[in-house]
Amino acid sequence: MEVKDANSALLSNYEVFQLLTDLKEQRKESGKNKHSSGQQNLNTITYETLKYISKTPCRHQSPEIVREFLTALKSHKLTKAEKLQLLNHRPVTAVEIQLMVEESEERLTEEQIEALLHTVTSILPAEPEAEQKKKTNSDVAMDEEDPA
Amino acid sequence: MFVLVEMVDTVRIPPWQFQRKLNDSIAEELNKKLANKVVYNVGLCICLFDITKLEDAYVFPGDGASHTKVHFRYVVFHPFLDEILIGKIKGCSPEGVHVSLGFFHDILIPPESLQQPAKFDEAEQVWVWEYETEEGAHDLYMDTGEEIRFRVVDESFVDTSPTGPSSADATASSEELPKKEAPYTLVGSISEPGLGLLSWWTSN
Repeated sequence: MEVKDANSALLSNYEVFQLLTDLKEQRKESGKNKHSSGQQNLNTITYETLKYISKTPCRHQSPEIVREFLTALKSHKLTKAEKLQLLNHRPVTAVEIQLMVEESEERLTEEQIEALLHTVTSILPAEPEAEQKKKTNSDVAMDEEDPA
Repeated sequence: MFVLVEMVDTVRIPPWQFQRKLNDSIAEELNKKLANKVVYNVGLCICLFDITKLEDAYVFPGDGASHTKVHFRYVVFHPFLDEILIGKIKGCSPEGVHVSLGFFHDILIPPESLQQPAKFDEAEQVWVWEYETEEGAHDLYMDTGEEIRFRVVDESFVDTSPTGPSSADATASSEELPKKEAPYTLVGSISEPGLGLLSWWTSN
């Protein structure tokens, strides 16, 4: 076996999630040979990887969201690796941005970091329970204002 | 975290599978060979991405099976240097904190890369971060099962292919079992603000 190019492309977690979900559907349809001993490794790795990726923000993304996110990031001048990390992790605090963007203190001002955080949180969908929590908090606030 | 790797290999299809579509047989054989296996200096192979080129299939004298040279792309787990990952603490030992990603378990955070100052609690076998504030020192425990954010600082590949019989006497080597080394290990670090247990850095 020969490796022609060990680094031909970087894949986002969303792309791998999509691929593994499609593979799972395909194998469910074809049915019988899933349990033959040869396929055990593939079953194990796809199950575990899918389980891991499903707990990350990627499971709510779509190709349109990814495209919109990358276009919005063009103005911030980030490297490919930094954009990929932002896409995979969906940081919500400035500390996380500083971890993923190299030398962020020198390259980005505070307003730029705020703008970046805003782009990330507005374009990339969050976990639904986090959004529900936020909604119930804002509902409680509105109820408190009404009687007055 | 994942990369696409272009590879070339010759796939052997036995005669009793000739009724299946060639692409399906080849995909199955490649997955059987590579899925969940570490390729030296490449990474942990996950699954086949696509087949880019199929060359002519040959049948050689003496073997009824067909041999096809295939160019394909495979999805491989290979985080780049300084990438941030989130995993679960598998356990602690004097060597450091062991982290797992569910599908990959050989990640170690050595004591020097923990948030300093850190000490190892022998009684509970956990590493503790002694976090100092004006009120005093808080002991933050790194318990098993907690989610942890870390940075990849190093990786090492070990060639675990079998070596021939050693020249030393056979009786001695048969008593000691050969040490099982992980073919691919990652070294992480959490010594920066924002890294470590997720619960340490969430504001609410």
